[in-house]
Formats: sequence, C-alpha cells, structure tokens
Amino acid sequence: MSKNKTKLMLGLPYYFWSAAFVILPLFMVVYYGITDKNGALTFNNIASIAKPEHIKSLWLAIELSIVSTVICFLMAYPLAMILVKYGKGRSSVLVMLFILPMWMNFLLRTMAWQTLLENNGVINAILKFLRLPLIHIINTPGAIVFGMVYNFLPFMVLPLYNSLAKIDENVINAARDLGANNVQTFFKITLPLTIPGIMSGITMVFVPALTTFVISNLLGGAKILLIGNVIEQEFSQTNNWHLGSGLSLVLMIFIVISMIISAIFDKDGEGSLL
Amino acid sequence: MSSELIYLKNITKSFDGQTVLDDLTLYIKENEFLTLLGPSGCGKTTTLRIIGGFEEPDKGVVLFDGKDITALPPNKRQLNTVFQKYALFTHMTIAENIAFGLKIKGKTKSYIDDKIKYALKLVNLDGYENRMPSTLSGGQQQRIAIARAIVNEPKVLLLDEPLGALDLKLRQDMQYELIRLKNELGITFVYVTHDQEEALTMSDTIVVMNQGYIQQIGSPEKIYNEPENAFVADFIGDSNIVDGLMIQDELVEIFGTRFACVDKGFGNNKPVDVVIRPEDVELVDPDKGQLTGTVTHLIFKGVHYEMEVTTPNGYEWLVHSTTCFPVGIEVGITVKPFNIQIMNKPASEDEEAVHVEE
Repeated sequence: MSKNKTKLMLGLPYYFWSAAFVILPLFMVVYYGITDKNGALTFNNIASIAKPEHIKSLWLAIELSIVSTVICFLMAYPLAMILVKYGKGRSSVLVMLFILPMWMNFLLRTMAWQTLLENNGVINAILKFLRLPLIHIINTPGAIVFGMVYNFLPFMVLPLYNSLAKIDENVINAARDLGANNVQTFFKITLPLTIPGIMSGITMVFVPALTTFVISNLLGGAKILLIGNVIEQEFSQTNNWHLGSGLSLVLMIFIVISMIISAIFDKDGEGSLL
Repeated sequence: MSSELIYLKNITKSFDGQTVLDDLTLYIKENEFLTLLGPSGCGKTTTLRIIGGFEEPDKGVVLFDGKDITALPPNKRQLNTVFQKYALFTHMTIAENIAFGLKIKGKTKSYIDDKIKYALKLVNLDGYENRMPSTLSGGQQQRIAIARAIVNEPKVLLLDEPLGALDLKLRQDMQYELIRLKNELGITFVYVTHDQEEALTMSDTIVVMNQGYIQQIGSPEKIYNEPENAFVADFIGDSNIVDGLMIQDELVEIFGTRFACVDKGFGNNKPVDVVIRPEDVELVDPDKGQLTGTVTHLIFKGVHYEMEVTTPNGYEWLVHSTTCFPVGIEVGITVKPFNIQIMNKPASEDEEAVHVEE
C-alpha cells in the first residue's frame, strides 16, 4: 500500500465523522434557513432578524456578552499573572483548581447558582441570618452576566496564562534594565506580548456567551430572552425550524467574524490548549 | 580610590536554603573588561544579577561610584544588561527596540533617531531600523541587544553569556567585535561566561569562581600560567596535575625524579600539587628525558598532535606537540623549570573551593 493510501485510510473515520456530524448538520441549517414550509427558496427567515423583538434579543445578547467578556478579562488577567508568577510546581495545582469545575456538568453548575441566588436561596438565607440587606439578583440581566462570567472565566484564564508563561523573564528584566518602571513595563511589554492570548480568550468567552440559552433560561427566569433563547424556542416550542435556522445563520456571521479576528492575532495557538 | 567603580562587599546570597554566594568581595575598576568565569552553578550569574539589581543580596553591600545601591531597582541604576538569548522585544521593530530606553527617559525624537543610527553603525547593522527581531539571525539579534543597551550610555555594561547561543565561528567574530566596542566606548564591561577561551581572549581581568567562592583574580596570563589551585588549573585549559614533593626552594620531586623549578616558599619536603600544561611537556629521546614513558594515544588536532604518554607508575601525561610520536614508541619527558607551576595541596576536599582574596 502506498504511503498516501495509508494516510487516506487512517483519516477515513475522521472524514466520515466530519461529514456526518459537522458538514451535514451545517447544510441542513443552511437549507432550513433559506427555505419556507413548502420548500421554496426565501430569505424571509434571515431577514426576520430585523423584527424589533429579534433585534432586541440579539442586541441584549451582544450587550451581555460584551459585559461578561470584559469582566472575565479584568478578572482573568491579574489571576493569570499570579499563576505564572508563583512557582512552576505550585501553579500547576492552582491551574488545576481553575480547570476542575469545568469537569463538572455545566448544567449542574448553573442550576446550583440558581438555587444559591434565589430570593429564598442559600445566599439570602445567610444574609438574613447575618441581618444584612438581601440581594434580588435572580431573573435579572445581572444574574445572566454572573452566570456567564462564572462559567466562562476559565476559558479566559487559560489562554492568558499560556501567553504570559511564554514571555521570557529576561524580556521583562530588559525593560526594567532600560529604565521602565513596573507600570511602563506592563503596558509597553507584557500587555502587547499577550495580545494573541487576549484575543483567543475574548473569542472563547464571547462566542459561547453570545449563543447561550441555558444560562439565560436558568438565571434569567425565561423572562429575559437572548437571541439564543429565541432560536431555541423556534426549534423546541414553536416548531418553526426554518425561522430558527435563519436566525442561527445570522448569529453564525458574528461567530465567524470573531473567530477570524482571533485567528489573525493568535498565530501561535495560545487558545489551542482547550 | 576613584577607579573602583563597583565594590561588592561581603555579599551572601542563598536560594531555598542553598548558598550560592558566600561572603563574596570584589572590586571592579573603571574601564576594565572583567570576566566572571566558572562552571554553571558557581554563582557568576547571580553576582551579575546582583550588580544589575535583579536580585538583592541576603547580606552585604553593593557600592557604585561610592554610593550604596544595594536596594536600588534596576531601572534606577546607571548600568545596562545584555541578556542571555538576547531578550529583544519581539513586538517592536529594531528601531523601537533600540529607542525603548531613550523614550522612557523622555529624549527628543531627533536625539533618539541620531542615537539609533549611531548604534546600528557601531554594531555593523545599518539599515535594519524597520526589521522585526524575528527576521534576524542569532548573531544579529545579539548585536541589536548590545545596541539597545549602549544607546543609554551606561557606565557599565553587564553581559550574561551573550555568545552562548551562537555557533563557534560567529562566537569568535563576536569576541573581536566586543573587544572593539569596549575600546571605542571606553566603558566598563562585566562579562559572565563558562567558556575559558572566551574569557582568556577578551578580558583585562578574570575572576574564576566555583561554588560561590572566588578562586582566583588576575590577568588572563596570570590565571593561565600561574593558577593558584587545582580547580583553576583544571578549569582554565587542559593541564597535567600531579603529586609532587617540594624538596626545597626551586626543586621539586615528581614520580621519583627531581625537577628544577622557579617557585619558592613552600617549605622543605612538603607534598604539593604540580601543574604542567600539555604544551609544556617536551618529548625527547628516552635517554635524554627526565622521565620515560610510552605513547599510548595519538590524535591529530590540526594545530598540534595530542598524545597521551603513560609513565611506568601508570600516570597518563597529556602532551601537545607539533612533532608526532606514534603509539607504542618509548619517549623521554622533560619540562623547563619555568613551565612547572607549584600549588599547595588542598587540606580537605572543601579547600578545592578555597576562598582566595586579592
């Protein structure tokens, strides 16, 4: 058997997998997206994103995703710096602590927060016991942002950690040696050198946040509709697969754009650890 | 004395309970090319990092021009460092790299532009302003690292094994380049290396270090020709270190034969170490030699032949000679008196790291 043939044979299961579970579903979404119930070609499904209630959901989803991404970034950067700084042996344990929750079921974790954050939930019970003012966060956009930050923070920490760990200690020392103080060194050297990690971190938080419907369902109390919820309802409740697919295609454009941006900056694949 | 630019006084430093530097005292004079030489783990890089301000000593004081700078952060010191593996800013162009320190100091644009031109000319890389570091070879990157340091007009340039990552030919070229730079700039160079040849080629003063102690300080000639202990003799070049008995001043007995030498003051009938460089061992006809032995090994090295001559007591002498003596032949060995270097025997194993103060 020639070498090429062997390669082809080895690749066969993966080609099959991609065809059956990636390419075919994608085509089905595209097909449903550009046809109506009678199978006639139409762009109404895609155009219906312009309807006020859809625009509102899309805009809210983008808004909350951006807020969550920014919060994740502001929390993850110092954290990643601490992880890199404090010893190689110890930091792997610390890194583990952040990856560990990811091993638990995503739904389960979010439902746990539902119970914790409820008006009669665990947190309020503790606050009540301590005679502190109660919080009313459940079923608000704030709770959704909270859920997003909680669930997606590790996706921001890891690429940042990877790109920070790559910086040669002597590059930082060189900047100090040339007269830069700590603040100048951070903004002129550390931050620019971690742009690939920042970009992939942003993509890895922004994309799932933009499309989520589970977090908004559980922590937003189904009152706050994100674009993900609208699409989900078209599939599971209204049974209008055509409209759901059309809206999905619109959402896909946003995802592809952020993927391209991330790919341009992250040539070294800082995010590829995940 | 005003010529002592840097004075390290009783410096002690340990990491995780392991002592890296033990009560080290060292002067560095203005305009000298001083090399810290030693095997890895001897404390030479730590010494450099203490001078640069990247480590603080546990005990001791660092004086710069008479002022105490022990606790001063690196960005406030009047010296610059050239790091191992260059440490260039990969997200900046060559010009931006060189301008970094000057921009921080708030120099005018025309001043900075002039300096970039001057520095690139000095390291023979004119016209590289807009290249990115990753497009340069290792040797070129190292020159940029030097240019980036010297535009700040430091009083002292610290170099941490700057040629370690380069191949042999390039390393030799860069050695000449560094000597030229030092002479043109007229500043003090403190150079760290484990390469004894590099140290001998470039330095005015060599500080041989081992296990956190200074073994010997001196000019390259002095270090090579008159090593003070077995460690220095062994580390600087190849050498034959044999047991000897100092019969009296200027007379030493080696393997039962008495050799005239030039050293005195070791006492009478005292066991000593004798160092003889391989190129100082002369091979002659067996009947003309002070010792006789058999050639047991022969390699052609280009400039000379490297031979091993085994004497009847089993010692293998390392010999460098331009004359070839084939394996198996019996030869005589002679050594001229001034080529015999006598050293005190270390009193214990620790004494191999004996603290020698100038």
